[in-house]
This record gives sequence, structure tokens and C-alpha cells, in this order.
Amino acid sequence: MVNAINDALDIKLEEDKNVIVYGEDVGVEGGVFRVTEGLQKKHGVERVFDSPLAESGIVGTAVGMAVAGLRPVVEMQFCGFIYPSFNQIISHASRMRNRSRGKFETPMVIRMPYGGGINALEHHSESMEAIFGHIPGLKVVVPSTPHDAKGMLISAIESNDTILYMEPKRIYRAIKQEVAEGKFTIPLGKANVLSQGKDVTIVAYGAMIREVQRAMVMAKDQGISVELIDLRSIYPIDRETIAGSVKKTGRIITVTEGPRSFGVASEISQIAIEEAFLHLEAPPSRVTGFDTIVPLPRGEHHYMVDPYKILFEIERIVKY
Amino acid sequence: MFNEYNPLKNIIFRVMDDDGKIINKAWMPEIKNEHLVKYYKDMLFARVADLQTVSYQRQGRIYTYPPNYGQEAISGATGALIKKEDWLVPAFREMGAMLAKGVTLKELFLYFMGYEEGSNFKNAENTLPISVPIASQLVHASGIGYAIKYNKEDKLVYAFVGDGGTSEGDFHEAVNFAGVWKVPVIFIIQNNQYGISTPVKLQTASESLAVKSVAYGVKGIQVDGNDFFAMYRALQESIKVCRSGEGPVLIEAVTYRKGAHTTSDDPTKYRSKEEEDSWELKDPLRRMKSYLEKNTLWDDKQEQRHIEQFKLEVDRQFVEAENHGEYSREDVFIHHYDQMPDDLQEQMRQYDRFLQWKEARVNNKTTGKQ
Repeated sequence: MVNAINDALDIKLEEDKNVIVYGEDVGVEGGVFRVTEGLQKKHGVERVFDSPLAESGIVGTAVGMAVAGLRPVVEMQFCGFIYPSFNQIISHASRMRNRSRGKFETPMVIRMPYGGGINALEHHSESMEAIFGHIPGLKVVVPSTPHDAKGMLISAIESNDTILYMEPKRIYRAIKQEVAEGKFTIPLGKANVLSQGKDVTIVAYGAMIREVQRAMVMAKDQGISVELIDLRSIYPIDRETIAGSVKKTGRIITVTEGPRSFGVASEISQIAIEEAFLHLEAPPSRVTGFDTIVPLPRGEHHYMVDPYKILFEIERIVKY
Repeated sequence: MFNEYNPLKNIIFRVMDDDGKIINKAWMPEIKNEHLVKYYKDMLFARVADLQTVSYQRQGRIYTYPPNYGQEAISGATGALIKKEDWLVPAFREMGAMLAKGVTLKELFLYFMGYEEGSNFKNAENTLPISVPIASQLVHASGIGYAIKYNKEDKLVYAFVGDGGTSEGDFHEAVNFAGVWKVPVIFIIQNNQYGISTPVKLQTASESLAVKSVAYGVKGIQVDGNDFFAMYRALQESIKVCRSGEGPVLIEAVTYRKGAHTTSDDPTKYRSKEEEDSWELKDPLRRMKSYLEKNTLWDDKQEQRHIEQFKLEVDRQFVEAENHGEYSREDVFIHHYDQMPDDLQEQMRQYDRFLQWKEARVNNKTTGKQ
């Protein structure tokens, strides 16, 4: 996935001189996860560079560049460090078009590794997409494969909206996949049905897709057929795909890493109720993190959603 | 200038005294008489508009409004020098500079009456909307500065903040980024002595706000912000710095907010009559008028005639804004995304169904049907 993201950035830097890539340690070092490796050398220090260590400054200057016609792609080094820039996201980037009645736009991408499961330090493991999905005017997307990572990032850079592009760092280098060369795009806001099934719909995204797929192998042994939807986009959310699938299977489980209450799973359950109430054979269900802070590495296994937690819920819902 | 008035020396840059006498000929800017009169008239117009807006608010015809009263020379000098293609990044007390960019009073009225359209600025290029979250706009200025430098454009950014705003993290980040990047941004602190009710001495232990520039490695100067000539000259010198690629510059413009913070504020709670009276002597328009009178460029008769004309013009634009019409329901929804997401479209349709239902109910009631 790291290479796919790098490739997408490289393609857009090559193609559009308005694209600017910056953030903490993004230039010379190529980012702490090496996502931007080699880009400064290739595209120059004016277009790919290390910024001062200040997240509000990074996002806020990107707002300024964007209203002045550039297309900045900025990196938050870790999800836990985005909060100093929260004001810039919620008060400016997501509002500029509306408050100027279309005079100014902020076409910009905020890239950010997120999520747990890598034995990281404190503040490096959260999955807080729900907070950002709640912000009017912002789009929030999460790829789950190298192919999607590339196509979705190119779409994000080409979009005239502000996009929070969340990268599941746990699977940065975990999934080997052939990714088509050259430019291609994947529309933002459309979910992807990864496997067809008839007994239960599971909606997941990011690093959770792999966990669900592992649970599905075990479920299959018991004769349970799962339909897996990769949500891809937290907002806008693809109601149609979710509704169509629940109408078919009658059961839905949402799997997310973030805390449970007021989360993405709550929203998806509500969509299932609104759109497919009479088709439901069981209450919409969810497998999520707890409403707790993610424990430090020794305790993280309690918190993390794993294939067994998912299988446990699949069995419960199918028998309901 | 920036050596002579190095903020570490803790001296304020002045050209004219409180009576309109030139006390610093070496730094008196060269301005043609006809231009001088125009700049004065522009400031007078802004003052008339500002005072009249407060009275509209008192009449309940406009919502909360933050007055500019007493700070007109800072915006006036900026307005005199800013070019059409330059960027203006306002806070919310820069009416004169906004008008100079081509923003209309009607637009400002629309904004304070509660229409986003008032920030659409049809005739003002490169002018950002008023920014309410304190100091957050300054980082945009640094980003715009980067874009200007990157595109090798011959433009500048004028960015505003108040004294209270210098305590915010974004002030630090903005000046720091701009300093590292050496981008053409003139940061103008309108030090009007109070952040709502909190005096400057509770905002910082620094001897001045201008001295903060030293730590960022950028040029800075403390200017008498009620002295039009000093502001004009300090900006001229800052423009030179920016043009030479050495930018940014930090200007602390010392002034006094003669009015309230906003129309919801009562300054008698936190400042004395004596203090207000002492600043009255330094009023920026009074000082410039004295200068103009001494040089027989202006008199009371002209002043009165213009004030009457300006009042009519302000009122004309206000009434136009009052007749702007209904806030359409589409306007709530359509400007959030390049293309409205399906989900949002559905929310708009749901709202339409509700409005139809409500319409039917209200009609039924008025015709006596249940």
C-alpha cells in the first residue's frame, strides 16, 4: 500500500504543477513510513518538502494555498497528532466554499495513518474517523487495498473538495497485490462489494477488511455465507449499496476499530433500519472497539477487533 | 527603517503628532495632495458607515456587529496601498481595507444581517471572508504567500489580527511558517488595547507585540496606528521588504477601540472614562483632519457636506441589503461540496416534504378547516 500511495502522489505531481506535497519529515526522509520516499528528489524541494512541526500550520497553510489555486496534499504524521489542526479543518477547510457562497474552494487532501495493532507508542493507535465524518463539508475516505489506495488518492487529489484520506498503517506493507501501472481513479463515495453472500452482510473498511476475511473463512466452514462490503468512504456514505445488501441477506454487522458509541457502526445500523426495516431477520449489530482509550501494546489485544470477535458475532446474529 | 525602529529598542514609529503636525520629516511619505484628500474621505466614509451600522443594530435592523470606530487609519493606509491583485486576509475590524478592495457596504451588511452571500464579494478579487475564529486566518495568509512565491507572482498578502490574537497558537505558527518560507506577507496586529475586556498586559509578558518578530527572525516594527502617515510609510517599507524576497514583516499598529468589542459588549465595565478621554486626543481622523486643515486641503464645511452625502449612500446600500429577500432553502445545502452527495440531496427532499406538510397545515388553520 505504501508503494501504491507513493505512485499516486508521483503521478499527480508529474501531471499537475499545482500539486504540492508537504508535512513533517515528508521531504528528505520521505515520511516516517516512507510513503513519500524519493518524491522530493524527483519533483524538487519547492513541491515536496519538510514543513515546520506544527499541524495547525500545515493544514492552515494548505487552506491558504488551496484558495490561491494550488492543490496541496499534506501529511499528518500520525492520527493522534491531527488535533491541533482540528480548528483549521472544521472552521475553515470544510466551510470555505459555503461561507463564501462558492467564491473560494479548498481542493486539498489531508493524508493520515490511523489505527492500532502495530505495538505503537501512546497516541498512535486510534481510529477516530467518526469524529471527522460528522463534519459538514468534509469527505472522509479509507482504502483497504493497494489498488484502492492508488485509485482513491488520485480521485481525492483531483476532487475540488477537502478530503481526509485515512491510511490503515497496520496493513501498509501487509497486503501484496498487483496494482495497475499508470493513472486510474476510483470514485469516492461508492462502496465495493468484495464478496457476495446470502446469510449476513458485513460492512467494514480499512484494516478491518482483512480481519473480516479471516473470520469469513471460519464461518464458511460452518456453512455461513457472508456478503462483505468495503465501505471505502465514511462520508459520503453509500446508503444504496448497504440497503441493497441488507434487503438480500436480512442481517447486518458493521465492523470498525473505533470506539462504539456514536460511531460509524451506529450510522450504518440506522441506515439498515431506515432502508430495510421489513427485511431484517435480526437487529443490526456491530463489532467495534470499546468506549475506552486504546490500551498500550500489552493490553491492546483486549481492545482490537480480531477474527474471533467477528466470528462470535456472526454466529450470534445468524442464529438470532 | 527596520533598523532605526528595531523593536528591541522599544520605540514607536510616529510621523505626525496628536495635533496633526509633522514631527518626523525624514520618514514623511510622499503623497500627492489630491490622493491625501481621497484617503481621508475614504476613512471618513468608513467611519460614517461604521457609526451608522451600530445605530442600525440598536434599531434591531442588523445582528451583532464589531465596530471599527477609532481604528480607521490602519485600514485606511492599507486601503491606500493594497492593489487589486494583492490578497487581503481580514479578521473582522478592517472595513476600510475591505471597501478599498472592492467589497461593498451592502455585502458587509448582508453578512451581518445573516446571509452568507455577504461574503461572496462580487467585485473584490483575492479577498477572504471575515474570519471569526481568532488568529486562525493568519496561517491561510502564509499559505497564500507560499502560492504567490511558488507561482512567481508579483503580489502581496495583507493579514490582520488583534492584540488578543497574538496569544493564539496560530499566530505563532503563521509568522513562523512565513518566516521559514520567506513569503510576501505583511502581518498587521491591530493592538486596540483590549481583547473584548482583557487588556494587553494580560495577553503577554513581552514589552511590545512587535518585539515578537525578533524571535521569528522577521522584520518588525511598532507603529502609531492612529497616525495615517506612519502607517502608510511603515507599509511602504514593508512592501519593499516583501518584494525583495525577504518577507514577511510584522507590524504592531497601536490604536484604541473607541467603540465596544461588538454591539453586545459594554466597555464601561472594564475601562475608565479618563482612559477613553486620553485616547480621544489621538483619534486618527481628528489628527489627519488637523493636518489637512493646516495645509488648507480641507475644512469643516467640506466635512459636513461629505458626512451628509455619505450618510445617504450608507443608507441606500443598507436599504438595498434589507430588501435582499428570502433565504432560499437550497442555499442551506448546495455550497458544501462540489457536487451534493446523494445523502444530502435526500435530506433536502425530506425537508421539502416537511415544508409542504407545514404549508398545508398552516393553510388549513387559516381557512378554519381542521
